[in-house]
Amino acid sequence: MALSDFLIVGAILFCLSLAGIFLNRKNVLILLMSIELMLLAVNMNFIAFSHYMKDAAAQVDGQIFVFFILTVAAAEAAIGLAILVVMYRNRNTIDVEDMDTMKG
Amino acid sequence: MAFEKIIFYLFSAILVLAALRVITARNPVHSALFLVLAFFSSAAIWVLLEAEFLGIVLVLVYVGAVMVLFLFVVMMLNINIAQLRAGFIRYLPLGAAIGLVVVAEMAIVMIRNFGLDKVARPAAKAADYNNTEAIGRVLYTKYLYAFEIAAVILLVAIIAAIALTMRRRKDTKHQNPSEQVRVRKQDRLRVVKMDAEKKQ
Repeated sequence: MALSDFLIVGAILFCLSLAGIFLNRKNVLILLMSIELMLLAVNMNFIAFSHYMKDAAAQVDGQIFVFFILTVAAAEAAIGLAILVVMYRNRNTIDVEDMDTMKG
Repeated sequence: MAFEKIIFYLFSAILVLAALRVITARNPVHSALFLVLAFFSSAAIWVLLEAEFLGIVLVLVYVGAVMVLFLFVVMMLNINIAQLRAGFIRYLPLGAAIGLVVVAEMAIVMIRNFGLDKVARPAAKAADYNNTEAIGRVLYTKYLYAFEIAAVILLVAIIAAIALTMRRRKDTKHQNPSEQVRVRKQDRLRVVKMDAEKKQ
């Protein structure tokens, strides 16, 4: 297995989630899921690069980064979903296009 | 070698199909479940890349916690799916075109620069190598401050999520302990001075 194989899987995953953001522009829930997929693609790249790293001493550093990305992504998902719940409670919708009260 | 290839292509195919269904599924519950499938198959690929600890963490933290949170929220909200899907077909050509262009560009760059001729396969690890132990050694020495900051970030996330979603209903009856403790005898008890009644 070459390094490029894993990187291409990551790239496909990233582009699918990018296209998902374009396609589901109205549904905030699917937007949040697309962001999670994007972070997964980035993590895949980090792990692939760390596996193919020549310097054995620095080999787990890439995995440490993935660990921190997972931490921050969990916090982001929790706060994002909390904001979503509050928005649904106040506006009774999760459509992005209804969020235009600050448009002059 | 061939076995590795089979595993890699099998799980990559499942991963890509699951990701595709995440963004095209009609029902948000199906999207969330396909996202779980995507996390499982990428955890398998990470184990193939000798990142066993992170593969397990992905399944435990993401599938066990974050996706369950997603499913709870999906089922808590009463969403009108048809209305939310209205622009889907209109944006499909744009989304597909942008995705294909970016994938093609990235594939060209990666095959040229990160092929087997440029980046050799890593040497096999020693038999007693322990991925979890290696991560722990680095995490608690070199990245100790970052680790503590990550813990603080998680604490902030807990408090923020509770503070955002907590509400006090108007019509519920609840105790107020501080007022209960502060109450004095005069507030509750009234001593009435009156003459004794005459004996009948």
